[in-house]
Amino acid sequence: MKHLLLGNEAIAQGAIDAGLSGVYAYPGTPSTEITEYIQKSKLTKELNIHTTWSVNEKTAMEAALGMSYTGKRAMVVMKHVGLNVASDVFMNMSISGINGGLVVVVADDPSMHSSQNEQDSRFYGKFAMVPILEPSNQQEAYDIMHYAFDYSEELQLPVLLRIVTRLSHSRSGIDFKSRRLQNEMQLPSDTSRFALIPMNAKKQFEKLIHKKTILVEHSETSSFNELTLSEDKEIGIIACGIAYNYVMENISEDTSFYSILKISQYPLPKEKIKKLYKHCDKILVVEEGYPIVEELLHNYFDTNDKIKGKLTGDIPLTGELNPNIVGNSLGIFQNAAKSIPDIVSSRPPRLCEGCGHTDLFNTINELIPEIGNKNVFGDIGCYALGSLPPLNTINTLIDMGASITMAKGAADAGLENAIAVIGDSTFTHSGMTGLLDAVYENSPITVIISDNSAIAMTGAQESSAVGRLHKICLGIGVHPDHLKTMIPLKKNHQENVELLRTELKYKGLSVIISERPCVRLSRDRKEDIKSKIASLS
Amino acid sequence: MKTNIILSGVGGQGILTIAAVLDAAALSENLFIKQSEVHGMSQRGGAVQSHVRISDKEVYSDLIPEGKADLILSVEPMELLRYIPFLNKNGWLVTDSNPFINTTNYPEKQDLYEQIKKYPYHVIIDATDIAKKIGNSKVANMVLLGAASNIIPLSEDSLLNAIRSLFKHKSDKIVNLNLEAFFEGKKIAKEFTDLTVNK
Repeated sequence: MKHLLLGNEAIAQGAIDAGLSGVYAYPGTPSTEITEYIQKSKLTKELNIHTTWSVNEKTAMEAALGMSYTGKRAMVVMKHVGLNVASDVFMNMSISGINGGLVVVVADDPSMHSSQNEQDSRFYGKFAMVPILEPSNQQEAYDIMHYAFDYSEELQLPVLLRIVTRLSHSRSGIDFKSRRLQNEMQLPSDTSRFALIPMNAKKQFEKLIHKKTILVEHSETSSFNELTLSEDKEIGIIACGIAYNYVMENISEDTSFYSILKISQYPLPKEKIKKLYKHCDKILVVEEGYPIVEELLHNYFDTNDKIKGKLTGDIPLTGELNPNIVGNSLGIFQNAAKSIPDIVSSRPPRLCEGCGHTDLFNTINELIPEIGNKNVFGDIGCYALGSLPPLNTINTLIDMGASITMAKGAADAGLENAIAVIGDSTFTHSGMTGLLDAVYENSPITVIISDNSAIAMTGAQESSAVGRLHKICLGIGVHPDHLKTMIPLKKNHQENVELLRTELKYKGLSVIISERPCVRLSRDRKEDIKSKIASLS
Repeated sequence: MKTNIILSGVGGQGILTIAAVLDAAALSENLFIKQSEVHGMSQRGGAVQSHVRISDKEVYSDLIPEGKADLILSVEPMELLRYIPFLNKNGWLVTDSNPFINTTNYPEKQDLYEQIKKYPYHVIIDATDIAKKIGNSKVANMVLLGAASNIIPLSEDSLLNAIRSLFKHKSDKIVNLNLEAFFEGKKIAKEFTDLTVNK
């Protein structure tokens, strides 16, 4: 019988079966379940696969590169914005190349179901000049993992696997292949390519440029890029990744009117595209994310109008694709859908009943009349919901760690009573360096670390901050007199308001750690956390 | 054979358990399945939905096209109506009558029922109350699955086996509670007057 797996789980199982030795990741929707599946898999212990969460995506990718350096197969997993954090190592490891197979899995989130943008990771792949694989369904996602690792080793390049939310979080029946053994340790024969001083880097960059031809040749013959030409020449469709499913949903009953080029491997297979272009009167490019393929094929000087897609308004530029949007763009008649009855009101997400963040926001809100309502800088996590009514506490949410540094910049400009609210895990992910900036200048800001002892938004994974926040803050140089703790409970409300008022009056850096475990943690987890804190203090 | 089902509710209400039963039952009948679900921010008390597609041929899109759902099965009445654009003209609506109110502008529940009754094929049952009488309000989702089981083209045996295997690691008591909920839901839906009156 087939195994029923989420797209994310199929990728995870595919990686295990392809001889994985370690997965490195920081949780982020929609990518989280890939790592979690490997953590929970029975095979993981038996095969001694590394699965512990990393502090952020950059440390994760560097560790994966380190494992690859030893000749073993490693995978690094993140959501799309995580690749921004890891982009330094990503751009440079395409220059150095890799040793053991290294697959970078990045989950994009078109429609921003759980993200602050819709950035398309294929741009990064192109930028770094590495091959990109973009599976169209769950079975292909499983199958492509064997290929991805083999291909990475063959080319000595990292391979980018780009997926989207809808593939990540949709289940399907999967057939497994036999499992390949892990690589033995084998250090690189020549390590100079990993030492990117200019004289080495220049050589490596030349090599990378020359690999482009080989990459395109592989894309031409890849079974993941399938060209089907039909007798009817009216429309040719280029369908990238999951977009292929939306196309087939519309035309699978009768494909004879359409020529289709399915793309699941980049760089683009130019010869195949040329064939399709010559064969058809019109080309529709259907791709999830930005119009990256369409832009490449589009005629800059407007001398023909054969290429259609997002740039021509045939498909919307924002939001994820669906069968109806794609059907429309193919000119297939769509029954006008009924609209949602007017009586239905919106139901935005909100903080859980009894959440400690709420008590913290109530404390801050008590002081808003005194300090003004635009002084609170927020960050990424559940507590971002504090920007919504009825709390309306938080004014900003940009990227991991930006609360502290934005508060500092605003204070530099003269804003008084600037407050940064950041979660424990977001703090260790990207807040610590910003805090050092604030320590260095003794910036007049109050940083509140809302410590719930978990990476709560993504499913309460273990936070590396647990039991270490005080020492980290002291180590960074926060003055002990202005490193305070509060317990955000209703009964402590007045006391907490006074504490915050006092620290706001201090015209230097204060850090308040607001400590209360996430309400979603089980009793056992809370006990584990207690003993961990005890063992660390 | 191709069936499209939308499961809807509020984050935390357990629609993924219903999805898991449908998935396992469909797989045991060697059918093709795609089932998309919502993870992330919306799970914090927001509107959530799952698209379940079962077919004897390959299923392409993970999402059900608008106007193509054969059934919307909801654990909450307003969340049922949110997915009306997906309902096909002969599609069924099955819902728990109990509102989950975590917003300030939640409509009157009678108005919601009136709206649901405008569609010819609907079942509104107090699944939570039935579940409580059986012994645990958490099994309301299995009451609803039972109520909708006549509309779902999977055999009762495969659904029951799926329920058994899903809960067997917990305890026999929990397995039986869920099975009872399923049967109770099935019975009530049969007796439900609206089901035949409007058909």
